[in-house]
Amino acid sequence: MLTLQNISFQVDSPDGTVGIVRDLSLTVEAGKLLVITGPNGGGKSTLAKLIMGIEKPTGGKIIYEGRDITGLSITERARIGIGYAFQQPPRFKGVTVRKLLELSRGEEMSDDALCKYLSGVGLCSREYLGREVDGSLSGGELKRIEIASLMARAPKLSIYDEPEAGIDLWSFAMLVDSFSALRTGSDKSVVIISHQERIIRLADEIAIIADGRIQKMGPRDEILPDLLGEVSDVCCMEKKEAARV
Amino acid sequence: MNTVVDNLLKTIADLDSKPTGAYNIRSNGSGAGRRSTENIVIESKKDLPGIDITIKPGTKGETVYIPVVVTAAGLIDMVYNDFYIGEGADVVIVAGCGIHNDGCEDSRHDGIHRFFIGKNARLKYVEKHYGEGTGTGARILNPTTEVTMEEGSYCEMEMVQIAGVNSTVRETSAHLGKNAKMMVMERLMTHDKQVAHSNMKINLDGEGSSVQIISRSVGRDESEQLFHPDAVGNAACRAHIQCDSILMDHAKISSIPQITANHPDAQIVHEAAIGRINNEQLLKLETLGMTEEEAEAIIVEAFLS
Repeated sequence: MLTLQNISFQVDSPDGTVGIVRDLSLTVEAGKLLVITGPNGGGKSTLAKLIMGIEKPTGGKIIYEGRDITGLSITERARIGIGYAFQQPPRFKGVTVRKLLELSRGEEMSDDALCKYLSGVGLCSREYLGREVDGSLSGGELKRIEIASLMARAPKLSIYDEPEAGIDLWSFAMLVDSFSALRTGSDKSVVIISHQERIIRLADEIAIIADGRIQKMGPRDEILPDLLGEVSDVCCMEKKEAARV
Repeated sequence: MNTVVDNLLKTIADLDSKPTGAYNIRSNGSGAGRRSTENIVIESKKDLPGIDITIKPGTKGETVYIPVVVTAAGLIDMVYNDFYIGEGADVVIVAGCGIHNDGCEDSRHDGIHRFFIGKNARLKYVEKHYGEGTGTGARILNPTTEVTMEEGSYCEMEMVQIAGVNSTVRETSAHLGKNAKMMVMERLMTHDKQVAHSNMKINLDGEGSSVQIISRSVGRDESEQLFHPDAVGNAACRAHIQCDSILMDHAKISSIPQITANHPDAQIVHEAAIGRINNEQLLKLETLGMTEEEAEAIIVEAFLS
């Protein structure tokens, strides 16, 4: 489905050139769910933007369904089946929730269909359909509508950038169920950037990215025990440090 | 020519045919159709061009259409319309003016509308302005709106300039009595070298009165806009002014919200923002498969909706 070949992304800074993503290669298979995790600032969100075309790599190639799409615009990538849910979605004055979901889907939708996607992220009230996606929505509501809009779009390759950010505990449980449903019997691929164990557990494959590179990548059952062990070790170390202070 | 008039009526008043209720259609400075109903009486003024519209107390659920069309180049049309909305009535008035100018002389319509809204009456007023035509003559619309609201009345005004108006100076003023509530939604689009000025002065005279003014505008090409809404609190009241403008191309927009408190319990707020379309908004819509131009069009349309 998607292959990144030696992808690099560098930016200029006062201290010289900084590599945000460094010679990174990975493949997302059709019908698989890849969770990318790792410490903050490790290059995960940049990688998602590189796949969507929001950022352009300074080196390497992006191959999608056998085609080199490195030079394609965001619009062109969207039209061939790549979708992206923003970590911090923008607000739109005058655009209703209904309109945003229909723009995303590419066609008009029935109230029932719209509510199905909103319910999947814990927003089940029909009152939401007429509300504007503006400053009247909380950050958590906005984020959930963003996720619902990508689910309604249902592209061949969906990329969710930290979908759990700003979501309350109750909605999070529904969100996990919705992501779990994406996996069943579909040839569509999903990439989720997440720090949440319950989302990581949904993965077919897990990639740990730090310092712009893949530290580890493999099937969930292979990576998860080590990952949880490392997190546990870090927590233990932090507790010991705190006890000393 | 009838097609031109039909199209204008459709654009400014959403009319496909003659309305079923009360109406008055003015075309090129003279009457082109009128109907009064049992509850709504429309009469010509005796001393000035224009009409008096009197709505009986308690009238509910009726709509009055009073569109104006100008298709003659060089016509300067000035009209004085007075609306008397009886106590406890609940009605909709659909106004609007469309100018089609294919000539080289200016076409202009100045409408002076005065509203007297009775105790506990509710009015929704919709006014759309639109210009078109291939001529070099300007399409000019200068509406003046004066509103007097009695105790407990409610007035919602939706004032829209769709496109094609070369020059407009809009003057809106109101006096609100005790517990009167007003909501003004102004939406303007200017393009090419058009100029739009909008002045509003809302006087909150009665205790418990409130007003919300929402002004949204889009300036394209080399057009210029100037907004000057003023909410004056003369009693314990609440007012909120919100002006938002999208700036495109080389347009220039000034927004001067003014608030005045002449009473210690007046609560008045204003917000104003002018800026280009947010880049994140464009990126978001591009990820849905739109080009930058398509995304801009969607954002502008929604903003002015």
